[in-house]
Amino acid sequence: MGWFKRKTEGITTSTKDKKETPEGLWYKCPKCKTVVTTEDHEKNGYVCERCSYHERIGSEEYFQMIFDEGKYKEFDAKLASADPLKFEDTKKYVDRVKATQSQTGLVDAIRTAHGKIDGQDLVIAAMDFAFIGGSLGSVMGEKIARAIDQAIKLKCPFMIISKSGGARMMEAGLSLMQMAKTSAKLNQLSAAQLPYISFLTDPTTGGVTASFAMLGDINIAEPEALIAFAGPRVVKETIGRDLPDGFQKSEFVLEHGFLDYIVERSKLKEELSKSIKLFMN
Amino acid sequence: MSIYLDFEEPIKALEEQIAKAKEIGQEAELDMTDKIKALEKKLSEKTTEIFSNLTPWQRVQLSRHPDRPYTLAYINAISQGTFQELHGDRSVKDDKAMVGGFGSLDGQTVMFIGQQKGMNTKMRQYRNFGMPNPEGYRKALRLMKLAEKFNKPIVTFIDTPGAFPGLEAEERGQGEAIARNIYEMMGLKVPVICIIIGEGASGGALGIGVGDKVLMLENTWYSVISPESCSSILWRSWDFKEKAAEALKLTSEDMKKLKLVDGVIKEPAMGAHRNPEEAFSIVKSEIKKHINALSKIDAEKRCEARIEKFCKMGVVK
Ligand SMILES: [Zn+2]
Repeated sequence: MGWFKRKTEGITTSTKDKKETPEGLWYKCPKCKTVVTTEDHEKNGYVCERCSYHERIGSEEYFQMIFDEGKYKEFDAKLASADPLKFEDTKKYVDRVKATQSQTGLVDAIRTAHGKIDGQDLVIAAMDFAFIGGSLGSVMGEKIARAIDQAIKLKCPFMIISKSGGARMMEAGLSLMQMAKTSAKLNQLSAAQLPYISFLTDPTTGGVTASFAMLGDINIAEPEALIAFAGPRVVKETIGRDLPDGFQKSEFVLEHGFLDYIVERSKLKEELSKSIKLFMN
Repeated sequence: MSIYLDFEEPIKALEEQIAKAKEIGQEAELDMTDKIKALEKKLSEKTTEIFSNLTPWQRVQLSRHPDRPYTLAYINAISQGTFQELHGDRSVKDDKAMVGGFGSLDGQTVMFIGQQKGMNTKMRQYRNFGMPNPEGYRKALRLMKLAEKFNKPIVTFIDTPGAFPGLEAEERGQGEAIARNIYEMMGLKVPVICIIIGEGASGGALGIGVGDKVLMLENTWYSVISPESCSSILWRSWDFKEKAAEALKLTSEDMKKLKLVDGVIKEPAMGAHRNPEEAFSIVKSEIKKHINALSKIDAEKRCEARIEKFCKMGVVK
């Protein structure tokens, strides 16, 4: 068994993982094309052994990776999206949600939990990109709000693992106001003098970047993650020419002064634990 | 010459008929009074009919009407020429898409801030079409902090098709700039009033949109995305903007119903641009009313209430 513990339940394995290994045995790195067994890939924290490409993973994988013995207590697991706008595009929003729920086994795009990291309390809110692109809607806003309340109650640090395309369009004004709501709650966390660690992973864009993801007491990121307000396609359209290499990647964002550090997944727990220790002691 | 929107064509036709009738009356020295009266009655009925049944998309069109008054017009009228513009974010540059400064509201100093659009092609470019860069948001925050220091209320005017999605904007942290403003505005110790006077597009609007009172003029829109972009993403075509405008519930009426804004400000008949002076005076009295009420509340309580208000937004099950 590697440093990364195997999941106990299969239901949260993202569909993306399944798609990329049709036989369920092999994983081919999309960057360097190296093929390894899925077992080895998982043991290595879903990071390519050869080129260090970080495959996108979900909330469960991060909880397993960060919390001691992979143990945690989840909050508000059943909180689901309502549809007060009765939104309908080519599909009804309610149907889209239902389909995504049965497809992914998730209830919405974020899960929140309390656990220990090297014996220290920590509340984490982690997104699942597989659920409508990790989009920020009422559920995500409310779960972050309640998780912050928990962190305040437990007097412990709070962390958000962002992986999102931005606001959920099908909740329109309601989703926009989640940017304000989460920022309001962060004011309360700050008043309680508890650290907020924002962990940005691939991709973190739009309304998520323009609210809580950029508001960490420390902002940290995975290597080569796309971190943007306007996505590369939109920026390219605006300026009418190709974008420079590495534009809007973690390393670029770090150089421009918006991140505190970049951390490889294999070092995540260690560095995170160190940061928390420094804040809390 | 007024500019008419497509759905205003019947109004335009009647106005032309009236003008024609008057002309004939004068030239031919004929008594056209009855004819003109009848036409005017028809015009008034038609106008009421059209404007009492506006679709969300028509509201969006009105919010973008080229004759519509922009931020500086409101500020100058409301402060009766006492406005002194302050420039720059003290770091990168002065963003022309965001304006701000102190002005006097009948003797009370107020910090006015807002996105600014241009009146003609040259000015539209100069103002970057009302799309601020990060330094615009940072200038706005600097001015808000200045107002807080000297205990002056803040009024923001929101009118933007969005924050600018450019290369330098990304390099200089557009996301961080907006996020910081939203976060800091929650804790401002002075009364904050935000008024959407035109377009309220997404984070670019919210970046100066956190207030004790967030109000929308009647013919404006406020949402997470423009109807055009929503159409192109969800319908994969630009042709569904009317449908998208409806689905997004972006009108002042809908936003108020959803409790995402605190109030709707009535506009003069046929929109603010048809009678800007009246619009300025309505907005001015709204601002005064709210500043008076908010000033009576203890600063800590006002901040708490502001935070509580935004914390309640959202619907889950
Ligand atoms: Zn590789």
